[in-house]
Formats: sequence, C-alpha cells, structure tokens
Amino acid sequence: MGSRNIEVERVPDPKLLNASDAIVKITSTAICGSDLHLYNGFIPTMKRGDVMGHEFMGEVVEVGKSVQNLRVGDRVVVPFPIACGHCSQCDREMYSLCENSNPNAWMAEKLWGYSPCGIFGYSHMLGGYAGGQAEYARVPFADVNPLKVPEELDDEQVLFLSDIFPTGYMAAEACGIQPGDTIAVFGCGPVGQFAIKSAYMLGAERVIAIDRFPYRLRMARERGGAETINYEECDIFEALEEMTGGRGPDHCIDAVGLEGHAPGIHGAYDKMKTVMMLETDRPVALRQAILACRSGGTVSVAGVYGGFIDKFPMGAIVNRSLTIKSGQTHVQRYMRPLLRRIQNGEIDPSFVITHRVNLSDAPGAYKMFAQKQDDCMKVVMRP
Amino acid sequence: MPYNQSELSSTERLARALGWFSIALGAAEMAAPSHMARLIGAPDTDANCNTLRAFGAREVAAGVAILAQPDQARWLWSRVGGDALDLAWLGRAMTRDRGETGRLGAAAAAVAGVTALDMMAAQRMQRMQRMQRRQPSSRRADPGVRVEQVVTVNRSLDDLYCFWRDFQNFPHFMRHVKHIELLDGTHSRWTAKAPAGMSVQWDAEIVQDREGEWIAWRSLPGSQVEHSGSVRFSPAPGARGTEVRVQMQYVPPAGRFGRVIAMLFGEEPEQQIREDLRRFKQLMETGEIPLSDGPGLWRAAQPAKRAEQIRDYAGVSE
Repeated sequence: MGSRNIEVERVPDPKLLNASDAIVKITSTAICGSDLHLYNGFIPTMKRGDVMGHEFMGEVVEVGKSVQNLRVGDRVVVPFPIACGHCSQCDREMYSLCENSNPNAWMAEKLWGYSPCGIFGYSHMLGGYAGGQAEYARVPFADVNPLKVPEELDDEQVLFLSDIFPTGYMAAEACGIQPGDTIAVFGCGPVGQFAIKSAYMLGAERVIAIDRFPYRLRMARERGGAETINYEECDIFEALEEMTGGRGPDHCIDAVGLEGHAPGIHGAYDKMKTVMMLETDRPVALRQAILACRSGGTVSVAGVYGGFIDKFPMGAIVNRSLTIKSGQTHVQRYMRPLLRRIQNGEIDPSFVITHRVNLSDAPGAYKMFAQKQDDCMKVVMRP
Repeated sequence: MPYNQSELSSTERLARALGWFSIALGAAEMAAPSHMARLIGAPDTDANCNTLRAFGAREVAAGVAILAQPDQARWLWSRVGGDALDLAWLGRAMTRDRGETGRLGAAAAAVAGVTALDMMAAQRMQRMQRMQRRQPSSRRADPGVRVEQVVTVNRSLDDLYCFWRDFQNFPHFMRHVKHIELLDGTHSRWTAKAPAGMSVQWDAEIVQDREGEWIAWRSLPGSQVEHSGSVRFSPAPGARGTEVRVQMQYVPPAGRFGRVIAMLFGEEPEQQIREDLRRFKQLMETGEIPLSDGPGLWRAAQPAKRAEQIRDYAGVSE
C-alpha cells in the first residue's frame, strides 16, 4: 500500500467497542474526490493497511448497549464527520467540529492548533477510524450520526447525503445568495455539481462553472443548467469579467481543493513547490477564485486543504472586503432537509454516478477516477 | 560553587551529541572500512580495514554507553582513551605505511579537535558528579513532574465537582492511576501503574474542599511518591459549560532518580495529563471514551481481531 496503492484485503469484521457503537452492513459505498488526496499522499498520518471510505450506507446489524434510536434492520446513511451530539460544538450544530470524536486529537492539534471531529477512513490524525469501503463498518455515537432512510428511495438516491450533496449545499449556503446573484463554481467534480444545483435551489440567478474536462463541463451544463468556462481555452479572470458585465461573480465556490491544476507558469510554480516540499497544498483554484470575485463578495471553500499554502492574495481580501468561508461539512445539519428535497423530487442526486463496480474492483476504480479515465465522475461500489 | 542545573543539562547535551557522533562514525567504519581508509589517506590494506572495523566497534560501544548514561563521566573518558588510540594509529600510518600525509594530517587534526571536546565534556561531567556527591540533600536533576492543564466541559459545575470529588472515578480517565480505595471521608489509597506490571502505592488526604469550586489533595508524609494535586471549577462565560483547571505534582523519593515517575508519564507528562483531561471531558459529556481502530500510529485503522486489543491499549474497560 502507500501512495497510489489500494488493495483489497480480508480484515476481521468490526466489533462493538463502545456502548454507543453500531455495526452497519454496507450496501453501497462511494469513492470521494477527497479520497484521492489520501490516495495521492497529500494528507499525512495514513498508515499501510488503513481502511478508507467515508461515503457509505447500509443496514444496521448490531447495536451497542446504550443505543436507543436505532434497531437492527434499520437502513441508514452514515455522515462522514463523526459527532458526539453532546459537546458545545454539536449543540451549535457545528458537527464537524465535535470536540469528543477524535481519539487522536493530539495529532491534529500539532498541525492545526485545535482538533476537528473524527472522520471515517481519513487518516490517523482525524481519528484513525476504519472507513466504509468495506463490507461492514463500526459507527460510533450511533444515536447521533446515522440517518434512517425510507424504503421507497434506493441507495443511489440517498447515498450522497453522507457527504457530497451536503458539502455542495453548505458551500452554496455560505455564499448568502441574494436574488440576482451570479455564482462561479471552480471545479466540476461531484461536489462542484452539487454546488451548482444547490446555488440554483438557494435562488442564484446564474451559475458559471469552471473546469478543464469537457465531460464534466457538459454535465454542469446539461444536468446543472450552468454556463461553463474551460480554463484551458481562455483566461478565467477575463472570461468571468466579460460574462458578468465587468463586475466579477458575486460569490465564488472553490470545489477543487489542494490538488488544483492551472495552465502555464502558476500551475508549474505550485507543482514544483509541492514536489520540493516547500508548500503542502496547491491552491491555484483558490487564488483564482479570490481574484475573480466581485468586491465585497464571498469565497466559499468546499475543497479540502490540509496544510500550508503559498502566495495567498491577502491584499485582495483586505482591500476588496472579501469574506472567506470554509469548513468540513456539518453533514448532520443538512441530512434531513436535503432528504426532504430528494423525497419532494426537487433533486435526484444519482445523476453524478458514472460507474458502478464491485468493491473488489476498488483498486482499478481508484486509478480510473484519479486519472479521469472513461469520463469518470463518480464511482459507487457494492460489496 | 552552587549546584547548577543548567550547566548540568548543557554538559549532558554535549555528551549526547558526542554519543551520537560516536555511533555514526563507528557505523561508517564498520560498514565501509576501505572507503574510510581512503578518506583519511591510509592504504586500504586488509590489516588497516580490520583495525578500522575494530575501532568502529569501539566507537559504537562508547556511543551507546554515553547515550544510556549521559551523566556518567567514565564513558566520556573512554572516548578520550579511544581518541588517543586513533591518534597513535594515524601517526603510525603516516610514518610506516607511507600513506597520503596530507589526508592523514587532516584526519589527525580532526581527531585532535574531537579529543579536546571529549576531554572538556568529561572534566565538566566529573566535576558535577563530585559536586552532587558533596550535596546529598539536593537531589540530582529531578524536581519531579509538575503539570497544569485546563479544559472546558459542557456540563454544570455541580456535576463535574461531584464526579471529581469521588476519587474512585479517577481510574476511569487518569491512565496512570490503576485503583483508588477510599479509606474515609478525606483519605484515599492510590495505586498507580509502574513499569513491568509493577505498581506504586501511597495514601493521600484531601486538604481543601470547597463545594462546587475547588478540591486539593496531597500524599501523606513519608509516602513512596510525593504527590499533590488540585482541581478548580469555574463557570465558562456565556453558557459554555465549566472550566476545569487541574494542577498536579509528583516528586520522586530521594536517591531514586525519579525513574518510577518517568515511567509513569513517559517523556511528555504535560501531554499525558492533557489526554487524561480530554478523557474526563469525553466521559462527562458523552458518557464514554470513544475508541479508535487506529490509535496513534500504533496500528492500522482496521478492525481488530479482538475488541480487547483496542480497549487494553486505550486503558478503557468495557
């Protein structure tokens, strides 16, 4: 294992460790774009043999002594951030900042000052929890985290409540969209697609989507109703300026994160710096979003950053009164309202799925998704 | 001259550096004697290579000894003796073996420089050891462990006070405390974990107790371990729960060099107490201490064969 090495292995079945745990037999699990940051070695404190995966759902097969809200047989979607439901952050619905769910908090404190919540299958410094790309998973604080889902909705319609739908939604919500607003979405991966949909749900007038892969831009146009820019064909800043009457988009969403690409000198600069370990993340999309945003607008960061970035245009933020909003998604806050939107027929999140494979094909699926082969947008795996 | 703590630690630092240098040089001599011979300008004959290998083994041994006991002058003196051997051998290579005199000279100069450092460290360490022996009352180096940590817990002041006031709860969140037996309203018998499955025991009494505010305790005179601690509860502003400030001190008995205490807390006592308080918070807020499949970097984040493997490591009972 190690960087870019995923293997399928037989491991022991999970057992109840805490009284609040539940064991879930997984029926569907997905590969997230943020799994690729682990896959490509950008997130520290991974260990050979770690079980990955934080987007999963299934059937409850065992519950701990203190679990009251769940029963064996319940069908649930599991949110990727683990929340205790009792600390003051959970009280404020800031679930991804839960103060009790990361048993390895000291590791995160060394890098980030304080620790966020634990996350399934997402490095040891975020808890060292075995993930959900498996047949079974142990789910801590089972009274608080899993969402029971109705039988009439199939797995593919509700699976993405675990992460990417709420993530795109929270990114759009953070923009505080007003009537008439134009939102630019950088990155048309699955989170970008949900950010586009959510921006319209929240009342945006126009959404402009930016990527370099024609199939992703096509989905943004055809399924999301966005206008699109291929940044390999034109200058992003000029194109956005032109499309918004010289004002710039009112708000920008970074749905790219730390492995951004850019043509020309800027892209090469960050690539070099990360290779030479002078910088840990490549914030090209974030820089572009900041520069392109209308004065007084919001830059909402949904993409994952792990460490340190360089050449951050703080001058633009200060002098043009920009607001930066970010955070790991407080999934538990959004699951129920977004489930209702699915039930009402406002959205069917399964539109992003391009590949359905068996869990045993995970290594090939990771490679395909990482290299954007076969127009891969979203892979769902079944054990 | 008074006993000087900072001088001792700077000399120890120098000794440690010399120890690592010894190991690195020794490893190089053992692994690549012919390279080493060419580097210092001696012909790489079998005899020279064997000598360098032997010198390498000596360097490694000296290095390990210094790192194991950096406060002992005798290991540093052993390095000085070794340096003398090195110099004698270099001199012989220069005159008899007709090596490259330029390189040999440079090597000899380098060895002489290190010899000077070795002698200085050895002398300083010896002087300090002598001084410690003359001052039996001032314990060597180990003032024990004193830690202060604070955490905010989302529970009422009274709940937290009541839980803490029952000392029998300590083993649930203090990893180094194995068992506490209440002797009466203010006295308790502590059993703490010591290395190799052993334990240390002492009796403590509550010396101050203000309901809902403050508890202070300390070990009774003559205990195996001198311990004191206090906890202070105060409301956090704006309904943020209760701030819990803990102060603890452990002083090892004289003459034992605090090895027991060091083993109780490892290298980072501050961090350990911090983790204990984190557990206290978890326990008070959620009723449990959540367990990770991959605690620290100790094991991969995958299910364990037996749940006890994880529980034992975390020191949490079912």
